[in-house]
Amino acid sequence: MTNLEPTKPLPDSEEMEISFGPQHPATHGVLRVMVKLDGERIVDARPVIGYLHRGTEKIFERETYNGAIPHTDRMDYTAAATNNQGLVGAVERIMGVTVPPRAAYIRMILAELQRIASHTIWLGTHALDIGAQSPFFYTFQEREKILDLYEEYCGARLTLNAMRVGGLPYDLTDGWTGRCRAFVDQFPARIAEWERLLTANRIWKLRTVGVGVISAESAIEWGLTGPPLRGSGVKWDIRKVFPYDHYNEVEFEIPIGTSGDTYDRYLVRMEEMRQSVRIVQQCLAKLPDGPVMAKVPKVIKPPKGEVYFSVEGPKGELGYYVVSDGGASPYRLHVRPSCFINLQALPEMVRGQLVADLIAVIGTLDIVLGEIDR
Amino acid sequence: MTEQSNVPPQAPAQPPEGAAPKPPWEEKPVTPVPRDARDHTVVREITGALPDAVLEAVEFAGQVTVTVAPARIVEVCRACKERLGYAFLVDLTAVDWPERTQGRFDVVYWMHRFSDSQRLRLKVVVADGVELPSVTGVWKVANWMEREVFDMFGIYFADHPNLERILTWEGFNGHPLRKDFPIEGVDTGAAVYPDVYPPGGGPVAGGEGES
Amino acid sequence: MANPWVAYLLVPLVKIAVILGVVIMLAAYLSFFERKILAYMQIRIGPNRVGPRGWLQPIADALKLFVKEDIVPSRAEKLVYLLGPVLVTAPALVVFSVIPFGTSFTLFGAEVTPYLADVNIGILFILGVSSVGVYGVILGGWASNNKFSLMGGLRSAAQLVSYEVPMGLSVVTVLLMANSLSLVKIVEAQKAAGIWYAVPGFVAFFIYFVCGVAETNRNPFDLPEAESELVAGFHTEYSGMKFAFYFLAEYANMVVISSIATVLFLGGWLPIFPNWLAGFWASPAFAWIPPVLWNAGWFLVKTFAFLFVYIWFRGTFPRYRFDQLMALGWKVFIPVSLVNLMAVGLGVLLVGGPR
Repeated sequence: MTNLEPTKPLPDSEEMEISFGPQHPATHGVLRVMVKLDGERIVDARPVIGYLHRGTEKIFERETYNGAIPHTDRMDYTAAATNNQGLVGAVERIMGVTVPPRAAYIRMILAELQRIASHTIWLGTHALDIGAQSPFFYTFQEREKILDLYEEYCGARLTLNAMRVGGLPYDLTDGWTGRCRAFVDQFPARIAEWERLLTANRIWKLRTVGVGVISAESAIEWGLTGPPLRGSGVKWDIRKVFPYDHYNEVEFEIPIGTSGDTYDRYLVRMEEMRQSVRIVQQCLAKLPDGPVMAKVPKVIKPPKGEVYFSVEGPKGELGYYVVSDGGASPYRLHVRPSCFINLQALPEMVRGQLVADLIAVIGTLDIVLGEIDR
Repeated sequence: MTEQSNVPPQAPAQPPEGAAPKPPWEEKPVTPVPRDARDHTVVREITGALPDAVLEAVEFAGQVTVTVAPARIVEVCRACKERLGYAFLVDLTAVDWPERTQGRFDVVYWMHRFSDSQRLRLKVVVADGVELPSVTGVWKVANWMEREVFDMFGIYFADHPNLERILTWEGFNGHPLRKDFPIEGVDTGAAVYPDVYPPGGGPVAGGEGES
Repeated sequence: MANPWVAYLLVPLVKIAVILGVVIMLAAYLSFFERKILAYMQIRIGPNRVGPRGWLQPIADALKLFVKEDIVPSRAEKLVYLLGPVLVTAPALVVFSVIPFGTSFTLFGAEVTPYLADVNIGILFILGVSSVGVYGVILGGWASNNKFSLMGGLRSAAQLVSYEVPMGLSVVTVLLMANSLSLVKIVEAQKAAGIWYAVPGFVAFFIYFVCGVAETNRNPFDLPEAESELVAGFHTEYSGMKFAFYFLAEYANMVVISSIATVLFLGGWLPIFPNWLAGFWASPAFAWIPPVLWNAGWFLVKTFAFLFVYIWFRGTFPRYRFDQLMALGWKVFIPVSLVNLMAVGLGVLLVGGPR
């Protein structure tokens, strides 16, 4: 049975098992890790989750399809737009709805801004855990600008509820595109500032190069997606392989790393922010006119059947498996949570490393407990 | 045509003569139709590798679902991974159909192949109380996925390295995603903490106990 | 001959009062400057509510710590638990007794020296006394009856002891150049040489300052007390006034390192190029400043420069992992400071003896 007693020496060994969390400044939420230590080396690290389990999948079975969208916001609460995009995309797929191009482009802009916002949280907190206290403030300053854009669009900063099945609930406000363009045009200079502080810094490299290494084969075996998979050298992005929402009409690169360590994942995410800027600039330039909502019935009743649809969230592949029985509520709506699957590989990544590296690896996996526990 | 593009699989209905064709978002949506997929290339690969493993095959909205027998699931998965190249298990979950007589649960395996970006769904019908072999020996990622299915549905997996509850807490009473589990929750007070709550009492039932 | 009661009792008491008062106020206000400077580096403002623009913040903090509940862990070793903060703060303050702030000046017709004692083994005294601070760290960690505090204390102690070696070796290079252990004579030697020792001894200067950062457990060497690490620091179980003492000791140590660096490497109270620009410094633009303020002013400016660099480090660098920290101390700093010692020794011989 689970041994959850904090800190007891294991019989017949020099090892000690420590409980790290669930209340701890560096666990990014209510995560508990049972760490088996041999002196300073980690022998095993077992994540214990479920402290934030709210029964979201059960709640989905009670809501209508559009009513389920706010619940998706609260899963990965740092990246609400991509959560929304996944759910509405899945329902549109099962109903055969085509979204008007203006709505699709605006969705892409919202999702890419969300990717930048999520990566700014990642960078701030990751750097803070490793000891650099200043980047946290710089990155959150930029995130505030994105949240202001969201607030102007849909009234909410964090839990957006910004999409509906068939399109979007509102069109953009006056001047929104101008403000968005102003933000993305000045953003690459900010990324350059943060890189100047960290990328070539000897101490940063000492703390991240060679830490939390996972090979490409292991990454695929453990089901990693997103920057952890790309950092190990696998060129894999849902936006390129299964394009949704006109991603096949914009040009962007997929950054990949080589060695699968924390430093490579850091570089991958920094470059992803730049590519997101590129996507947003192209979308703003190409934004067509037209309606933002397709012709969908008032009450969404998809046909009987099942469909899986995934989006490339900032943390990895976020998938929605919709099973419909023809009614107005989903019969079963399962979320394939990227962070949950990524966290499973934590023991693999920290075995044999030192205790201080555990913090770095938890930061580099970029976990959000809302998505892990749902 | 890629699997998940937003273009519906069929062309919209022909507009009346003389009128300009309306764009697809202004027409009624064209719902996908399930089709038998025994002749689909993906399914033929499986029947080629394991001739009588496929019980049923359906294609809906561009995604292929193959139903296999529970006893053979590990064999089929291993064949898919090693011989057909589905190296990546994307998702493993279950669906509860309580009225179905031949088997209450559908356990669903959704896997991916990198070479041609092909995805395949395997489905297994399991009755309540029947143990299903675990596929953690085939894909390591299935470990937590199967734990979650056990926690939420009560489906036991044989040969699983550590089949414990993962999202609910130890001593939790019941399996939340079953259709007969009420959405308000059940009384877990007396069942888990008998010395604190009287029998039948607990935080949900409104019984007395320590606050 | 002055009255011995005045010369040996009253005057030193007054000096002690002045020095302690200034140092403690400086350490307290250093915490305020740190918060403000860090805040401006992090594009925010810092404390600005208490008093005019926040200047009474340290007073508020001191009062708060004073009236906070004093929680003692039930199975802590009481006497040693009380002794821990004392053993850390006392050496930090005692070191100031030998640091000179200027040359002697006349006050009310008597000759006054702006330092408490000119011990002819000044440097040795400083190194010895500051090493006593390590006891406070270990005992504080052990007496808390908390295995994480103990681990933190041991780590911290290991770090302090390791970085004392290159620090000592850098100090020895200065001694080679100055030919004396007395701090006053070291400054006077820099005046005679006409150049601050930071120029010929720049390697020693750099090593001394970085090891000083490690000695005070400051970023980037602050792993033992970082809150996001698994192992808590040695001062976890302390609250109220005892925690205030540890806090004070850390800032006082920062001031100590900065003052010693000023004296050894930046010429103490001397202006830049004291001989070469002697005419400029004696010009009427500066002649109205009384010498004691002139000397103390230069001393303070240089010390503040070091303190600013301390704070700048904290706002900029990630922290070293403990094994990397120890590797840096033993495998990089000690060899470099040894080689530097030999080089400076050779240089001194070639230039024709110390000056």
